[in-house]
Amino acid sequence: MAKEDIREIVKERILVLDGAMGTMIQQYKLEEEDFRKGGFEDHHKSLKGNNDLLSLTQPEIIQEIHRKYYAAGADICETNTFSGTTIAQADYDLESAVYDINYQSAKLAKEVADEFTAKEPNKPRYVAGAIGPTNRTASISPDVNDPAFRAISFDELVEAYSLQVKALIEGGVDLLLVETIFDTLNAKAALYAIDVIQEELKTDLPIMISGTITDASGRTLTGQTTEAFLISISHLPVFSVGLNCALGATELRQYLKIMDEKAPFFVSAHPNAGLPNEFGEYDETPEIMGEQIEEFLKEGLVNIIGGCCGTTPEHIEVIAELVKKYEVRKIKEMA
Amino acid sequence: MSNKNILPPLKLSGLEPLIVTSESNFINVGERTNVTGSKKFLRLIKEDKYEEALEVALDQVEGGAQIIDVNMDEGMIDGKEAMVKFLNLIASEPDIARVPIMVDSSKWEIIEAGLKCVQGKGVVNSISLKDGEELFKERAKTIRRLGAAVIVMAFDEDGQADNYERRIEICKRSYDILVEEVNFPPQDIIFDPNIFPVATGMEEHRNNALDFFNATEWIRKNLPGANVSGGVSNVSFSFRGNNAVREAMHSAFLYHAIQRGMNMGIVNPALLGVYDDIDKELLEKVEDVLLNRREDATERLLDFAENFTGEKKEKVVDLAWRNQPVKDRLAHALVKGITEYIEEDTEECRHNYKRPIEVIEGPLMDGMNIVGDLFGSGKMFLPQVVKSARVMKKAVAYLLPYIEDDKQEGDKPNGKIVMATVKGDVHDIGKNIVGVVLGCNNYDVIDLGVMVPAEKIIQTAIENNADAIGLSGLITPSLDEMVTVAKEMERADIDIPLLIGGATTSRVHTAVKIEQFYTKNQTVHILDASRSVTAVESLLGNKRNEFVSNIKEEYKKLREHHLKSKSRKTYIPLEEARANKFPIEWKQSDIKVPNQLGVFNFEDYSLEEILEYTDWTPFFQAWELAGRFPKILEDEVVGESATKLYEEAQELLKTIIEEKWLTAKGVYGLFPANSINDDDIEIYTDESRTEVLHVQHSMRSQLKKSKKAHNLALADFIAPKESGIKDYIGGFVVTSGIGIDEHIKRFKDDHDDYNAIMLQALADRLAESFAELLHARVRKEFWGYSPDEDLDNEALIREKYKGIRPAPGYPACPDHTEKPGLFKILNATEHTTVELTEHMAMYPTAAVAGWYFGHPEAKYFGVGKIAKDQVESLAKRKGKSVEEMEKWLASNLSY
Repeated sequence: MAKEDIREIVKERILVLDGAMGTMIQQYKLEEEDFRKGGFEDHHKSLKGNNDLLSLTQPEIIQEIHRKYYAAGADICETNTFSGTTIAQADYDLESAVYDINYQSAKLAKEVADEFTAKEPNKPRYVAGAIGPTNRTASISPDVNDPAFRAISFDELVEAYSLQVKALIEGGVDLLLVETIFDTLNAKAALYAIDVIQEELKTDLPIMISGTITDASGRTLTGQTTEAFLISISHLPVFSVGLNCALGATELRQYLKIMDEKAPFFVSAHPNAGLPNEFGEYDETPEIMGEQIEEFLKEGLVNIIGGCCGTTPEHIEVIAELVKKYEVRKIKEMA
Repeated sequence: MSNKNILPPLKLSGLEPLIVTSESNFINVGERTNVTGSKKFLRLIKEDKYEEALEVALDQVEGGAQIIDVNMDEGMIDGKEAMVKFLNLIASEPDIARVPIMVDSSKWEIIEAGLKCVQGKGVVNSISLKDGEELFKERAKTIRRLGAAVIVMAFDEDGQADNYERRIEICKRSYDILVEEVNFPPQDIIFDPNIFPVATGMEEHRNNALDFFNATEWIRKNLPGANVSGGVSNVSFSFRGNNAVREAMHSAFLYHAIQRGMNMGIVNPALLGVYDDIDKELLEKVEDVLLNRREDATERLLDFAENFTGEKKEKVVDLAWRNQPVKDRLAHALVKGITEYIEEDTEECRHNYKRPIEVIEGPLMDGMNIVGDLFGSGKMFLPQVVKSARVMKKAVAYLLPYIEDDKQEGDKPNGKIVMATVKGDVHDIGKNIVGVVLGCNNYDVIDLGVMVPAEKIIQTAIENNADAIGLSGLITPSLDEMVTVAKEMERADIDIPLLIGGATTSRVHTAVKIEQFYTKNQTVHILDASRSVTAVESLLGNKRNEFVSNIKEEYKKLREHHLKSKSRKTYIPLEEARANKFPIEWKQSDIKVPNQLGVFNFEDYSLEEILEYTDWTPFFQAWELAGRFPKILEDEVVGESATKLYEEAQELLKTIIEEKWLTAKGVYGLFPANSINDDDIEIYTDESRTEVLHVQHSMRSQLKKSKKAHNLALADFIAPKESGIKDYIGGFVVTSGIGIDEHIKRFKDDHDDYNAIMLQALADRLAESFAELLHARVRKEFWGYSPDEDLDNEALIREKYKGIRPAPGYPACPDHTEKPGLFKILNATEHTTVELTEHMAMYPTAAVAGWYFGHPEAKYFGVGKIAKDQVESLAKRKGKSVEEMEKWLASNLSY
């Protein structure tokens, strides 16, 4: 079956991205043993919490989660690879598993996507390779006494991202999503890696970029305003740009408006289910989040909408219903 | 190429955007952070005085530079290292980093290294065709990948363009290669068509300025999107030493160049006057030179310049804040991140206090609190806060020797504290401040930095024999990580206090989520750095017992309060809840007339058939084995015991069935019904609907809902009488526990509790399976509203079917006193032998009773807590006292 080009479909309707992976995994209450199963039983470090590893050790669970999101109406699911870089996996001494994690994660998601596309050919499902920020910042010194120090360099980031991107593409993803960007320099390294690897593999997958406004100042963690962030990642042919995480839909709106007005790309958003309460839990119900997202849709701010921390298939189901009612956003700014 | 396509403007960024539109006039690039142009800057870099070098950069930005050019090309320094270090330092100076960076070098490796330090979109200065087309293309491609705009010099394999024709020829060629072959965005190209000195006395230099102006005009007209820049001070090279004339030349040059389309330039703002303010006589002579208007222009300007010095400009910095009291000055320096006066102010402040430590605990902490408030309200952002922390650090460093001297008791530290920002979090300002404050109070602080895993924290504490552990975190996942550390400490059996701090932490979280997991010693939440010392002193000192018992008491109260507040929800009056009932658009066509009305029973239903409908997951839950069937059989942890249990269950089941230990009986009824008065369901004896057989009273959720949710009651799923629509309801009671007693007794007499429990658990399962089976048959055959339903067991378990079968005593109808009515209309005890005890429990216990609702929109829900008005209403409707209803509904009362 000829798969329709997402670059065309996005012009026709608002696309739905999936919700949180971590929140769903939590519900399975997995223990150390569950994380290790099938090859990592003897690993010398604790692996509990290494969600990306579950693509290798609990593939059914990961596929079940993808399935729930597609069934809820998501057009795009993200691979379970948010921490799938050698940098992030170094915490677990699992650098050597990085290629497999990404390759398998892509395959798992793709299989489920194909299942759904076969069932509903008029609503093809896509897989976005999720590329997280890593746990280091290239623009900020972790040592307050030595502001010139960097715990990670651009070149090290490029190397790590290149491996991840290559594995994701070879595993069969349809898009690449650089997300939860709190340090734009990290994201620029990811974009650099993507450009080099795509040239090498002769692919032209659409690139989605999603930044994170971390606090009430309306800036990224490294201090950039929304527009400065946008300018800083616009140098390559980007498919969509947007914002995710850190804030709920209500708080995100003002910054999305800037994206809507200034971005020469499609705009995406995947907010959290509200702001965390004092226990760090996200408790915005699908209905409440839906009401806020409907505001975005009414204003025509986004082309792609989904959920981040705390969102579930129930949230996505509400969102998927909502988008049907609204016209697709047109790009306002010239490229 | 046509001009019709409008191209977007050049967009650059630091922390803030810089957009070069035709309206933005002229972008002024600061040039003093350039070792080739500024002796002072070169000296500072050579002497490794980066802090002062940063001030040079800041001066430029404050003086109006919209981009800053950084150049480290000097033989005596390692240019790459200096570039990286300086750019990294700029990144932590938000007042500088707000503007884009121009990475300036003649060495490609320095440019590349520089770009890799810049998060914004900067500018490369510069590339050219000097080293051939291949290298030019390769570099342009890399620049594009690194996300920067580029200055292209009018330079090629044959050398630098020094006349108009060469300038436009090289620029055109460069532009075509960049746009067509490298796919470089045209608006990101900035040409530097070479500004050369004029008035040098050499004939061939006479047209230097004019050629530049004309080339600029040509580029802007013929190379769409491209911008033009240049190093302006070059033009006045021959007047070095005479700043007044240089200023005039720069201003006049810019005036003309801008008119022709130059939109960016490297200028020293301190050497730039206002065009209109230039001495008219001087201006005329300068313009004669620039525009090559007279043969003797150079000589005339030289003559004039000799006697013209003008007035020197003074730099004005707003230092009004220096006149404030010292306390305010410290706060100002902290908020603005100014280190310049911090030592002198700290020194002054030190004399106002008895002990040097009080300067930290007093005015410095006050200042940091202002910073914290501003950050919290979004008026400061992180890099600024980091700067504040550095000012703080400086002040503390200054005070340290005095604090040492001031130490009252010997050299022995008061205690050793291990501090860390937990795994997954990189924020450490708060932790660092606490570390400093504790250090100042003679505690030995071991700071493990950020992203520290629990094992390392604990290991360090053990190895160093620490007296306390302090955890910090700013982001919400850190809260969970702190719980993990607490649990690990418990496991590692360490017995020292645990301190919790950081922006997202709270007393409530510490009390509710952390404290109970670490029982060996006390966990304490520290609100801010200023409280850390008192807390640690109390925990480690001789007042410990009193302090700990106070904390314990306080946290216990917090937990209780939290539990209460959790249940404190808003309830709406019953009338209001009724008005927000589940809206169903009633249509007779949605309602299937049951294939058979009346009551029917099964005397002895086949257990084998029932078995097929079994959901095994709850069976394992009954044995406290968590996991879904059948996956649980392969579970790492419980798989083995689950499998064994399952095998034994199958074996016992086989015996049960073969030897007919248990008998399954069931009854169901299908009746005409309509809802009345919102919440009740009238059940009729027959289709004439004249005689009421029974009234079922349903309970309605009264919890305040969000806009789109409803306050449900079961009666909402039955058509209201006044709608005139004929609706139906069903009821059932099933059991599979008949005959169980003698076998249980036998096992117990044999002291075989295992098999006794197993038998009971299996009988319970079978009763549930029977209910599932009967419901399926009702849907497909007896009522028949889903004749074509084809669901496998898994789908049944997931309740994918149409219609519901809520059981009295369960969430959708918590009122147990509804059971007698159900039993009565089904004549259930006679048909199934199941009896109701005085507590409304069913006996045998392996039994299920419930209602059938067939409407496609009927769904399961929980009534939750209800308000007193509904209890009163129920009591009235059911003819019972309010007290009696309150007794039955005790767990559902919101009051």
